[in-house]
Amino acid sequence: MKLLRMKPGHGEIVLVEGDVDVAEEERELIEAFRRELDAGMWAAVPIQTTDGRREAEMVQSFAEVPRDAERVIFFPRAAGGAPSMGLSDTAPPAPARPDTAHAGTPSATALL
Amino acid sequence: MLLGLATAALVLTALVWVLAWPSLRAGCTRARARVRTWRAELTHGPHATGELDYDPGRERRAEQRARALLRSCVNEHEWAMYRDLGFLRVFGRSGARYAYLIYPHKPIVAYVPRTGALLSEYCVAFPDHSRPYGSARLPDSDDVLAKWMALRADERGLIADANMHLPGRQVDPQRVRRDLARLVAWEREHDESMPRATSARTTRKDDIAHDRAEDMPHAVGAGTRGGSNVHGEREEMPQAGNAQHARHAGRAAGQDRLAADNVRAA
Repeated sequence: MKLLRMKPGHGEIVLVEGDVDVAEEERELIEAFRRELDAGMWAAVPIQTTDGRREAEMVQSFAEVPRDAERVIFFPRAAGGAPSMGLSDTAPPAPARPDTAHAGTPSATALL
Repeated sequence: MLLGLATAALVLTALVWVLAWPSLRAGCTRARARVRTWRAELTHGPHATGELDYDPGRERRAEQRARALLRSCVNEHEWAMYRDLGFLRVFGRSGARYAYLIYPHKPIVAYVPRTGALLSEYCVAFPDHSRPYGSARLPDSDDVLAKWMALRADERGLIADANMHLPGRQVDPQRVRRDLARLVAWEREHDESMPRATSARTTRKDDIAHDRAEDMPHAVGAGTRGGSNVHGEREEMPQAGNAQHARHAGRAAGQDRLAADNVRAA
């Protein structure tokens, strides 16, 4: 498994790479994962479903990362761009997803 | 006795001095060199003038890396779309009833694919405040990938974090309409050039069908705002594997209610 981080002016960098089945390497992966989330990053796991579709999952802890995931990509937390005109309460076009309550807004402290 | 001890101490001191002198001298030389370098950096270095080392190829290399990462994450059809058109189209979780256009470093534009009506702009950015090379902006393709991942994984969360504007605030509506026309033409051309059995368009249709199928339980979960519609649509769900039917069914289904809210707001 590789932990990657998007970086301005560079593209992605490999933070750490290891095998989750090796205890020592898993510990390094967990530490790096925690460091990035503490730094305010979001973590996403690109996945391919059984029917070949490309998806992504936001994860808030290392335990949520699928064991067979090849990569976890860290990127800066989303922030609203230009100031709103106060209409944001009409904004969300998506239906509620009861299974993941704000999975995309992981807390930096919500870790293992 | 005392004289003997003093002599022994003197001899010992001289011996230690002789042995340690070369390494002491080398250490002093290194320390002086370090101080000189540090002073030079302070007075003439990039930090003194507030400039970072300028590398004209850095952004280009960063973008190349970012494109490779994006390509490895999205499907072939989406990659080709981004490569050829410069933006990505992502359908909403409710299938083909509404979709988003993802531009690099521009707001996400929501629209209705069936009519081409623009719904709203969602202004969202991913600033890296550590500014490793002086800028907080990710490379273009990384920005697109970040939006894509956030939309695919947690559409509602991303939209909630974004600032919503009516169309035209930051992205020219004429440009978006041109892009939508380009997209239609591109898809037509792309579909003709790809064998249907293995085409990425099939994957896209399957995406839509899957999205619709996947969306139904969620919509039922949110049924307090439109349960009857949701149930009606679920009854219209096509047989698995009939992606074309799914697409038409998706189009025939009623407008997404929140998208309709956006239209009313507009």
